[in-house]
Amino acid sequence: MANHSDHAEHAGHPVVPVRTYVIIWLALLGCTGLTYGVALIDLGPWNIVVALMIAFFKMSLVVLFFMHVKQENNLTRLFVAGGFVWLLILLALTLNDYMSRGWLPEGHIWRPGP
Amino acid sequence: MSTAVQDPRTQSPVNYLNAEDGLKSWLLTTDHKRIAILYLISITVFFMIGGFFAVLMRLELATPPGDLFNSDTYNKLFTMHGIVMVFFFLVPSIPATLGNFLLPMMVGARDLAFPRVNLLSWYLYIIGGIFVVATVGLGGVDTGWTFYTPFSSTYSNTWVLPAIMGIFVAGFSSILTGLNFIVTVHKMRAPGMTWGRLPLFVWSQYATALIQILGTPVVAITLALCALERAFHIGIFDPSIGGDPILFQHMFWFYSHPAVYIMILPGMGVISELVTCFSRKRVFGYDFVAAASVGIAVIGFLVWGHHMFVTGQSMYASMVFSILSFLVAVPSAIKIFNWTATMYQGSIRYDTPMLYAFGFIGLFTIGGLTGLFLATTAIDVHLTDTYFVIAHFHYVMVGGMVMAYLGGIHFWWPKMTGRMYSEPWAKFSALIVFVGFNLTFFPQFILGYQGMPRRYHAYAPEFHVLNVMSSCGASILGIGYILPLIYLLASLKTGKPAGPNPWGAKGLEWTTQSPPTTFNFEKIPVVTEEAYAYAATTEEETVG
Amino acid sequence: MADQAADLNPGTLVEHEHSPFLRHHFEDMGQQFESSTLGMWVFLLTEIMFFGGMFGAYTVYRSMYPDAFASTSRHMIPWLGATNTAVLICSSLTMALAVRSAHLGSRKLVRWMLVLTMIFGLAFIGVKFTEYYLHWKDHLVPWLNFQYPEHPEFFYNAQILFCFYFFMTGFHALHMFVGLGLLSWLLIKNETTLFGPQYYSPVEITGLYWHFVDIVWIFLFPLLYLIGAHG
Repeated sequence: MANHSDHAEHAGHPVVPVRTYVIIWLALLGCTGLTYGVALIDLGPWNIVVALMIAFFKMSLVVLFFMHVKQENNLTRLFVAGGFVWLLILLALTLNDYMSRGWLPEGHIWRPGP
Repeated sequence: MSTAVQDPRTQSPVNYLNAEDGLKSWLLTTDHKRIAILYLISITVFFMIGGFFAVLMRLELATPPGDLFNSDTYNKLFTMHGIVMVFFFLVPSIPATLGNFLLPMMVGARDLAFPRVNLLSWYLYIIGGIFVVATVGLGGVDTGWTFYTPFSSTYSNTWVLPAIMGIFVAGFSSILTGLNFIVTVHKMRAPGMTWGRLPLFVWSQYATALIQILGTPVVAITLALCALERAFHIGIFDPSIGGDPILFQHMFWFYSHPAVYIMILPGMGVISELVTCFSRKRVFGYDFVAAASVGIAVIGFLVWGHHMFVTGQSMYASMVFSILSFLVAVPSAIKIFNWTATMYQGSIRYDTPMLYAFGFIGLFTIGGLTGLFLATTAIDVHLTDTYFVIAHFHYVMVGGMVMAYLGGIHFWWPKMTGRMYSEPWAKFSALIVFVGFNLTFFPQFILGYQGMPRRYHAYAPEFHVLNVMSSCGASILGIGYILPLIYLLASLKTGKPAGPNPWGAKGLEWTTQSPPTTFNFEKIPVVTEEAYAYAATTEEETVG
Repeated sequence: MADQAADLNPGTLVEHEHSPFLRHHFEDMGQQFESSTLGMWVFLLTEIMFFGGMFGAYTVYRSMYPDAFASTSRHMIPWLGATNTAVLICSSLTMALAVRSAHLGSRKLVRWMLVLTMIFGLAFIGVKFTEYYLHWKDHLVPWLNFQYPEHPEFFYNAQILFCFYFFMTGFHALHMFVGLGLLSWLLIKNETTLFGPQYYSPVEITGLYWHFVDIVWIFLFPLLYLIGAHG
């Protein structure tokens, strides 16, 4: 694991060219338009799926390029990924309860008497 | 070294205690060691406040009828006891005191990564504490420390909002501490201090910090939503208008179960240090103990539904949570086995810290095993909301965690203060704590099994004898907690000056003077040996 | 006494000239930069869980009351939300350029990029509060004046959605205000501190924070504005 002696004397990552930022910016704007446009079409339950997929893609662009994660070391990437995994745990195990109501018999209900 | 009795604050050489004088130098310090002492004092105060509520509860429970307090007041007592003990004592205890003091030294750094954030963390804790004390002064809160809705959000007539504010703010204190520890362990280890050479106390603190940063924000937003509901009467958690109280419980326990691992993991870290030092042996299965710490932190996030078996969760989800709860016991058990194996064929010394370690290992085992009973859904249906649950968590929290805390305080006391405490008094006190603890809480297992419900101020007459035993035990336990306060404080004036390493322990913190200088190390050490590199045989060694 | 530097032996602490920005518990600027960045990422992790908790609660209620939630979308103004999304994306571009300029040591560019970012941020706030005002006029603010005459059977459930709307966008707006505060501080600091390759971490970590707030909005937009926007 890196110790302080491995750190470069200057700080930071290589400089990203302006062109890259502008391309990402245009891609983000385009995706926003796409999200809006798709929302006008009725895809039933797939509307939300498509919208979230586009949102994830946009988030990835911001994270990788604007937030420099593409240039970051594995440790930072692990932390970023870990955050989303943990959010997934919260959502998955909570929804696990709500979606499985009624799957199994809820136990014999004891009533007094014969 | 002179043996004349001197105040560590005036003796030479310069150390972190006497480097600067005056209240301002303490209240504006960024030295992690001074901040640790600030926390030590405040946490002790909150422990006494929480203990005070416990005393009142045990007085009431000494007789079957509810004759000392009415039920509303009793509700406030157990609520305040829970809030203060959980959020203002147990969660910060070892991380904010021993962790703050020792972590930088153990990794070979001069301070934590963000010293000013560290000070901010203490101030947030104090602000949170002021809210809670204000709540008590205004008349208390009666929702239980679990704040179940819709009682807390709609129907309670007590001071829920300031209590929530206090916990919310203190939660950020916890988050900042965790953040600081994580960055410190990743970025500020000394040359040669690889992950595989870190003391297990550091591994435990690191695992704890992960839980702090991942879990605390969720309880923050949960309590915030509850507070907003209470303020604006909207119905997010009110079932009569479409809200879901179970959702509150899911979100609340998502943090509050991992929170119990925030409470116990640092204690386990302390035990690793104590058992190795006082067996004069390297730990058995270092990799497994380290991995178990992280394992507890990770799996601990997957089990929260075991608090909700009877509240309306689906049967399927209960099964999933039950199985996962069995799984989380495995890494804890691994640690117990490894500590025991460490002691095997070691050269055991029965100094006070080791007595607390023995207490921990035995009592935590009992507490942990009874947790498995509760994780079994069919048994939990009968035992939930009875005194069995109370006994279970007090065994792990008090029999486990508080013993580890006391053991750690005693172990590192010479390092923090430059003084040795009175060993006979300390041993006596440890014995009192052990006897008092078991007398207080073992009867509660039986009471719970027999069906006495928790959070009731009156009970059926057949539970009287066991309750009397429990209340007697509580008074003995109280004495056991007051005694260290006295002899530890006395040692500051009359204790024998301690050298750098009175226990002959391994670890970078023991290479510095006692008390350490402000910046810990004149020169950052270079680490070349494994953790706990004690010699194989110890007959030849004499310990100073 | 207790002068911090006197406690240390300068000969062992640094073997060479070091940046005036080096804080003395760090060994070198590289360690300081990496620590600051990791620290901000860990903080953002806590923010993911904080907002995530709200997103989770929203998801549960949306799955419980899909029709009530869908009926609320006619009260949202998707093109305003989309505009605001675009505004934030532009602010992210200027923020990224501000970080780049700081890295390259161009004080003037940093100043202008920060100002532009703040202008976009203020524009976002302006649009948001306009929307809040419009919702208030339409009697859609819980506790203040919530009414739902077109679907009385959805009254309570729609009110829950609007609670989440105001809470989620409200907490987001709060984070925007904090961000604007950080940008103001940076703007002032930029006048007296020359950022450059040796030292630009305050700009970098403010950038990380700002981009994160943008990401939260990227998810808020489809979830709150576009639930049933078709038809």
